[in-house]
Amino acid sequence: MPTSGAAGVPGRPTGRLGTRRVRWGERFVVALLFVCGALSVATTVGIVVALAIPAIEFFRTVDLFDFLTGTNWSPLFADAHFGVLPLVVATLVTTFWALVVCIPFGLGAAIYLSEYAPDRARRVLKPVLEVLAGIPTVVYGFFALVFVTPLLRDIWFLPGDPPSTFNALAAGLVMGVMILPTVASISEDAMSAVPRGLREGAYALGATRMQVSMRVVVPAALSGIVASFVLGISRAVGETMIVLIAAGNQPNLTLDPTEPMQTMTAFIASAGIGDLPTGSIGYKTIFAVGATLFVMTFFMNLASARLVRRFREAYE
Amino acid sequence: MRWRERAFAALLFVSLAIGIVSLATLLVTMIVRGAPRLDLRLIENFPSSTPSLAGAQSAIFGTIWIISIVALTVVPVGIGAAIYLEEYADRSRWWNRLIELNIQNLAAVPSIVYGILGLAFFARGPLGLGPTVLAAALTLSLLVLPIVTIAGREAIRAVPDSIRQASLALGATKWQTVRRQVLPAAVPGIATGSILALSRAIGEAAPLTMLGALTFVQFNPDGPLSAFTALPIQIFAWISRPQEEFRTLAAAAIVVLLALLLLMNAAAIWIRDRSRQRW
Repeated sequence: MPTSGAAGVPGRPTGRLGTRRVRWGERFVVALLFVCGALSVATTVGIVVALAIPAIEFFRTVDLFDFLTGTNWSPLFADAHFGVLPLVVATLVTTFWALVVCIPFGLGAAIYLSEYAPDRARRVLKPVLEVLAGIPTVVYGFFALVFVTPLLRDIWFLPGDPPSTFNALAAGLVMGVMILPTVASISEDAMSAVPRGLREGAYALGATRMQVSMRVVVPAALSGIVASFVLGISRAVGETMIVLIAAGNQPNLTLDPTEPMQTMTAFIASAGIGDLPTGSIGYKTIFAVGATLFVMTFFMNLASARLVRRFREAYE
Repeated sequence: MRWRERAFAALLFVSLAIGIVSLATLLVTMIVRGAPRLDLRLIENFPSSTPSLAGAQSAIFGTIWIISIVALTVVPVGIGAAIYLEEYADRSRWWNRLIELNIQNLAAVPSIVYGILGLAFFARGPLGLGPTVLAAALTLSLLVLPIVTIAGREAIRAVPDSIRQASLALGATKWQTVRRQVLPAAVPGIATGSILALSRAIGEAAPLTMLGALTFVQFNPDGPLSAFTALPIQIFAWISRPQEEFRTLAAAAIVVLLALLLLMNAAAIWIRDRSRQRW
């Protein structure tokens, strides 16, 4: 890009190169565009302020240590307890089951699309897969409740009781399907960025397609693949409607996915629906849990962005 | 080909098929369950406690109101940010890197957190709009702003530099170059990104529940400061009721919502394919 636009007025000698008339209209436009960009910073500041101030007030009444280690969550009852562990454990349980679906199958789909699928098939299959990511989560929640849970109850063969009407397992599995295209898409991008020379070198040495995929392409794209996993975890931790509809909404400290549970996001949403009076301890609790959730997902997103950047720089 | 190779290939294909089979199952389930109520009552009637009389008219109009305002705010601001970052921002300045980092991070913030932001700033707090169309639209605008910006940047980046050089060489100013050469060339990419962002906003329920959106609204919104309900919220409300008739109704409304979203997706893909330009 040239550094100077108009070089000067014709017929009059200009001083040095780059001197020019100040164009106020241009400056105004740049300022306006800068404001548009800066709005994202304002949003982040807004989020932090919105979460931090009520959360700090909350932690004046409730001890942070008790909050983080307490096993009893009943903030809206007369006999209020503020132990966030049941919500955190429920979040981790649903996230775990989502990952059981989206990591192996997302990676498998990515390898297929990148290494095996003919070009025409990829151009059809990838958009179809991406439609999954565009389906509203309220729809997934309904699907988990009226299709997946009954299916699990019918085919249940493991020891122990079959899942109850509301359970973490169905919510987690459906969440995994929702996240699958994200994992597949980012992993596929990372694998497509691996230079052809590496593959051709391996093929020239007599490697099979599977060996090239697993021993050359996947290791070379590893940082991008791991980034897609981290982003998937972050999506699962932050997902709300599926768990709100299908997982039950009862704070329940257990690792058994067949039982109903309440995740952090589900608590926030159900407390929000309850229309709590501004300033009450219940209202502040939303922000305390929201801040916990934001901090968790923020660091995961940061890690994911770092890893994506690393793989982008590797082969340019 | 050895059997391990074949098994591996089959396994990969199954991985891909799981997603696609789930999608097909989901669509079929919704259509089958919703079929008994997929009729005009859904559009003509307002929510009602009698399932056979209930419809989603106020939710449909609420969604139209919200999406119109989201489009009006998010498209210009998102494109503005994209132009700034691609054409003007000097990446060696810390504030420009900060803006970039922020947009990336905001794209991955859970939607419920935007709901908290909307609750604290738009519905209550400084703006105090209450649970209105405007509060909902502003919340959703911030939610999808990073999507529009990121898509806009990619579209602008794809315009080759020679176009800009030629325009500047003819004496156009920087802004004239951007406005008359770069932006028109980037329109298809920007349009695709905007449609996808709006389709995301149409389906969001979590942030709206935080604002205190009502679910039993027997009137259509008459302005930005009107109370509202929206399709995903209405669907959620019907799902939460125990009666089977309401779940049928929820499935029918889901079919309407999905049809709308698939149409928008198809439009985005169509625009992208039709305008693929080789420079």
